[in-house]
Amino acid sequence: MSATIHQPTTPLELADAIRAAPRAIIVGAGTKPRLSRVSEDFARIATTKLRGIVEYEPSEFTFTALAGTPLREISAALAKCGQYLPFDPLFAEAGATIGGTVAAGVSGPGRFRFGGLRDFILGVRFVDGDGRLMRMGGKVVKNAAGFDLPKFFVGSLGRFGALAEVTFKVFPRAQATRTLRLLARDATALTKILTDAANTRWELDALDATPGEGFVYARLAGPEEALEVLAREIFARWPGATLTAEAARQLWREAGECAWAHAGGTLVKLAITPSAVPAVVEAVSGLPEARSWISAGGNVAWVSLPPGKSRATPWNWPAVTMRGAGPLWPGSPVNYNVFRAMKTALDPQGRYPALDS
Amino acid sequence: MASDAIKRLLALLPPGRVLAGAAHMAAYESDGLTAFRAAPLAVVVPETQDEVIAAVRFCHAEKLPFVARGSGTSLSGGSLPVTNGIVITLNRLNRVVRLDPIERVAVVESGMVNTHVTLAAQPYGLHFAPDPSSQSICTIGGNVAFNSGGAHCLKYGMTSNHVLGLKAVLATGEVVTFGGSSREQVGPDWTGLFCGNEGLFGIALEVTLQLLPRAEMFHTVLAGYATLEAAGEAVSAVIASGLLPGAIEIMDALALEAAVAAVHADYPPNSAAVLIVELEGPREVVAADRVRLEKILAGSGAMEVRVAKDAAERLAIWKGRKSAFSAVGRLSPDFIVQDGVVPRRKLGEALKHIGEYAAEARLRVANVFHAGDGNLHPLIMYNGREPDGLARAEALAGKILRMCIAMGGSITGEHGVGVEKRDYMPEMFTVDELDCMKRVRAAFDPETIANPGKMFPAAEAPVLAQHGLHPLEKAGVISRE
Repeated sequence: MSATIHQPTTPLELADAIRAAPRAIIVGAGTKPRLSRVSEDFARIATTKLRGIVEYEPSEFTFTALAGTPLREISAALAKCGQYLPFDPLFAEAGATIGGTVAAGVSGPGRFRFGGLRDFILGVRFVDGDGRLMRMGGKVVKNAAGFDLPKFFVGSLGRFGALAEVTFKVFPRAQATRTLRLLARDATALTKILTDAANTRWELDALDATPGEGFVYARLAGPEEALEVLAREIFARWPGATLTAEAARQLWREAGECAWAHAGGTLVKLAITPSAVPAVVEAVSGLPEARSWISAGGNVAWVSLPPGKSRATPWNWPAVTMRGAGPLWPGSPVNYNVFRAMKTALDPQGRYPALDS
Repeated sequence: MASDAIKRLLALLPPGRVLAGAAHMAAYESDGLTAFRAAPLAVVVPETQDEVIAAVRFCHAEKLPFVARGSGTSLSGGSLPVTNGIVITLNRLNRVVRLDPIERVAVVESGMVNTHVTLAAQPYGLHFAPDPSSQSICTIGGNVAFNSGGAHCLKYGMTSNHVLGLKAVLATGEVVTFGGSSREQVGPDWTGLFCGNEGLFGIALEVTLQLLPRAEMFHTVLAGYATLEAAGEAVSAVIASGLLPGAIEIMDALALEAAVAAVHADYPPNSAAVLIVELEGPREVVAADRVRLEKILAGSGAMEVRVAKDAAERLAIWKGRKSAFSAVGRLSPDFIVQDGVVPRRKLGEALKHIGEYAAEARLRVANVFHAGDGNLHPLIMYNGREPDGLARAEALAGKILRMCIAMGGSITGEHGVGVEKRDYMPEMFTVDELDCMKRVRAAFDPETIANPGKMFPAAEAPVLAQHGLHPLEKAGVISRE
């Protein structure tokens, strides 16, 4: 790792720092360190001081923040006006930044209801490989002018450009929530609850599962008076219990921080479909000490392995390693000519690392 | 040389797939933006994905420009042919490849009509959320290419928010599969980038769509106001309350007049503006939310508030709303419709300016808009038989677009840039930003053969024709958002 860490404080300083570095990797708070673990040739440019909310208009449902702004600072500002980022961004307590969250392309349990990070990003300012500071997308909730590069940057791991500033859509937070813990005797039963619960009138706010414990967690959100009736209807279908407010807070904190994972271990995100859940659970059970957490109604699986361990064979699903040992893309990534052409379009000199490094 | 190319194309594809000759070409020379026309060299009507791939690879080898076309409803001239280029029309590529009610996913070919997806999903209690006003005829491929919107975008987003993956043939001939059936993905969001490419990257062959359970209950309210400002203030109050309605729409007096004339819509008498708010969700949630909404509307100075008592009344409200623009076409021989966006808090100011600009230009402008997301739809009426009619209307349209940019909004919320607004792109984006977008385009289409002349200011100037109703609008089949 290069010893020099640059810490620009404005988008223009970020562009300067990038132009001064023939090879550069942008890092945020380092909550997903595998993503920026590249060769020492790359100067490390930290967004730590590139922080602050630039604009927040509650009546517009939008805010703009510098890339290094910690998620918790954003969430606190939104909460004052009864609003939130509905995809429950991950690792907020650990200090994750909004820019790092975009580049990593990760969403939390709330993505189940209204969509993931990609569905709320509206605009970006970024520095391309030629060191040009540019704006793409917009600052209004609806915009169809130009290519949707803001979406492209979601999950792009800083390999195509450096985010300087991001604009997001937000929603009003529901008046009340209630979390139900439902019991599943095995992976098949657990999967059935996930798919059945998603296909109902209830419009659940989150739907996660912990296969190791055999629990499904369903979160309801809305007017307090409606939730009791909906909860009763759910319990009439599956046995379980309502969590206390404190237990619910702890559960969603555990999910949002991946606090259930091995400290210092490997953390992998798998993009799956609900019917793949039993196969994922089986694959995980074949790995010593491996743990998993199913999110977004069975569309995401998080897998944790003990420190120093990674999986010998590739996962059968698209996968990316966020923390710990192992290849960056431990699935079987596809590679098209257009991927290389896009890299050339945004970063012709290869200033940022390659997507597969 | 041109006829040689047609001969080679005829030899490449099964009989009946290639149309050429003036009579055939006339049907394809325009789209929903009837002001522009261009005659293609030939039209390819593929029946399979392989035939689309073959046609695109042929165009790539011959360096022939091509334009993909669904039902030709683009309001920005997005499917306007390139003179002496090829049109590839996708209406016969309309199969459901897979519909999985358990995972709530539909894989459909790109020529499938928008509402047909919901029709296929309905038996399972599911639906496809994006609902552009032309949904009974426009295709999924066109929705993807232009990232189409509709009346429910604030809560549900645009088309791209419902596309999980797609298979496409790029302008280089490379066939790619982006994303998949999962609602999450890893790596850069190629699917998201492809949505809204305006046909400049290639042609989507099949698209993986997320389906949502149909809301159990709808609560649709229509309120009449004495002034447009009062209706606008009511929107702000609804937003400030923390409610998240599925739709918030406003129609002004001229739009109301047109809807009454066209579909005999019934509105509170003497309303200068009508507000439509729709709540949806589980019945218990709607029951609680409607109490809050009623309080807000009661305090908003509405002259009259009507609640749709059943599905038929709800449909009637939406019919009046969705027919409004084609209805306005009855009040004027010619018109232009735009879809600029302003920050919601500036809606009142924007409408005031539009009124002033219209008065200066001596033209009438009707307004129907998605008030929840600041998406304007000014409809500029003019008479094309007056010598300066079109020029005055276009000058007024330009003024409105510049106002949207100056207010921090966008030149298009959901219709796309196409041919219509390409000259305004340099006002919204810097030289570097446009250059960056051109490089991205070149990554997908190094020869600039996929829908050239759209999105970027270009040298080729299509022939201007008369504005007026699309033939299908005249027949009442489609309407404009």
